Amino acid sequence: MIIDIQGLKFAYTSVPVLNEVTVTIEGPKFVSILGPNGVGKSTLIHCINKILQPTGGTVMIDGESVTDITVKEMAKIVGYVPYSANDSFPLSVVDTVLMGRHPHSTRKSLDSDLDVVYEVLDKLGILDLAMRPFNELSAGQHQKVMLARGLAQEPRILLLDEPTSNLDVRHQLDVAKMLKALSREKDILVIMICHDINIAAKYSDEIILLSRGTIYSTGVPKEVITEKSLREVYGVKSVIIDDDGSPHVILKDSISEAETEEGPVRIAVDREGQII
Amino acid sequence: MSEIVITRTREQLKREYYKALSRKLILLTVCITGILLFIGLFSLSVFDSISLGETYEIIWNHIVGNNDYEPRSLEWWADRYIWNRSIPHILVAIIAGCCLSICGALMQSLMSNPLADPYTTGISSGACFGAVTAIIAGITFSSITGEMGIVTNAFIGAMIPALIIILISARIRMTPATIILIGTGISYFFNSMVTYLMISTDADTLKTAYIWQVGSLDGMTWASVPLMFTVTLVGSILVLLSWRQLNLMSLGEESAVSLGLDVQKFRILCLILMSLMTAGVVTYVGIIGFVGLVAPHIVRLVIGGDNKYVIPLSMAVGTLLLLFADYVAIQFANLPVGVVMSLIGSPVFLILILYNHKSRGVLY
Repeated sequence: MIIDIQGLKFAYTSVPVLNEVTVTIEGPKFVSILGPNGVGKSTLIHCINKILQPTGGTVMIDGESVTDITVKEMAKIVGYVPYSANDSFPLSVVDTVLMGRHPHSTRKSLDSDLDVVYEVLDKLGILDLAMRPFNELSAGQHQKVMLARGLAQEPRILLLDEPTSNLDVRHQLDVAKMLKALSREKDILVIMICHDINIAAKYSDEIILLSRGTIYSTGVPKEVITEKSLREVYGVKSVIIDDDGSPHVILKDSISEAETEEGPVRIAVDREGQII
Repeated sequence: MSEIVITRTREQLKREYYKALSRKLILLTVCITGILLFIGLFSLSVFDSISLGETYEIIWNHIVGNNDYEPRSLEWWADRYIWNRSIPHILVAIIAGCCLSICGALMQSLMSNPLADPYTTGISSGACFGAVTAIIAGITFSSITGEMGIVTNAFIGAMIPALIIILISARIRMTPATIILIGTGISYFFNSMVTYLMISTDADTLKTAYIWQVGSLDGMTWASVPLMFTVTLVGSILVLLSWRQLNLMSLGEESAVSLGLDVQKFRILCLILMSLMTAGVVTYVGIIGFVGLVAPHIVRLVIGGDNKYVIPLSMAVGTLLLLFADYVAIQFANLPVGVVMSLIGSPVFLILILYNHKSRGVLY
């Protein structure tokens, strides 16, 4: 499967978020999208699965423009695991994950759908939560259940918005490892937004680094994660060491805006001190 | 939090899931039986000298056309009273209970907001304005006057907020918050007009207008039944069939879209449907509050949030609540049913929340 994005633009009311994003992602593989806060990572993902309508440019999935794909068809091709889910009403974990089967389910498929649900719960090691109400769970458990819902959808492309943000280190590693394995086992394209550069660098086949609403660079982790790119995109000083072939970042300090030539830093510089 | 890890086999998981399903079905059966018993035992025993069995006999005789009793005999009076008063009254209570609670459940899922009820879009204030203009100012929006003038006015009034929301929805992206805010805005507008009309009239007219606002099942005849019944029946079937979509909606907009639901279109269709259903009922019985808000919550406190069961059970619980409130209202002081509804409903609801909080901690 190929996602081909050409000259994508998106603006919320007046402020442009994405500007001329052009990138081709070809699967099956495990891709991470990195970039500072507010750079448009989630917006980019939302433009792929029709949650948002781009203000310009095109997004093609396997040669078909997403505007021509109905929401219902899209749900069969592209799965999405949001950053947070609404839990206004008490629903059991099984029921929540079962909803991932919605695009495929028919009147009589409950039993086979339950088989799929069992498998994903087992895979994620959360069978013990099965009959608990979703809104009683911790943030990390929440995140795993939503991940389970995305997996139950059995899409060909799986988009994830920070799937590891609420997990402890061990589960972060587990989930990233599982996503990589998933892309191999099921031959699907897995795209995740991530804030942990080291996790992304360790497991991803490809990294897309965004800066100021457009692509800074794409490629294998080694090419994208460099001291220079981190300085220019995130405004941080770092040392990168080689860890079994993948880059590992040791953060040193943040850079004051005056020092960075392009001043790309949107994160305010630490208020307490003048930073070198 | 350390937990006892329960491992389940596939069969165990399915067994537990199906067991939970059957619990929900049992509750539904209990509620429906409750409604039938209630209608039979309480609502139909209107004459002390006529037993329940004889009441059924009278109804049956009427249905088969065997009701030529001697004029002005006890049976003759009973037949007329039961057939022309009791039965339409009970039917209207059932239809209104079903309709308001199903609309409440629909609205809450649609807005992903536990505070939503059938009147959230401002329907009640529109209907109120329509009815009050007819009662106080004697102005009708249609050529029909008299009792039916109030009814048609209320219906037209109820549709105004719905139309405004639908027209606006074509121009801007509707989120639950926008819909609730527009509804609130419309309510304030109509409420101020209603208040103006009410302070400018005499005490008797004021009372009539006020009782209409509170909601009352008094004086329901067969004439009230057909429209209410049709909109409620058609609407309920449509809502019952869309339980999957409603479950998706309660996950939030992004999740619903990514699972294949055209959220904008679905929301507008549901709003139109709900407006018609609520207007159909409010038009005849006035604004009976609380039942639409509370029946779905009572159900969710007991069985969880799966709309496949929440919707039919809300209808059953709502009907039971309204029948009970209506019975109390008639027995004790001939109060408007809307008053009794809130008077009894609120403490029951609070007790349920407290009890539930202690035992399981499920609170929204």
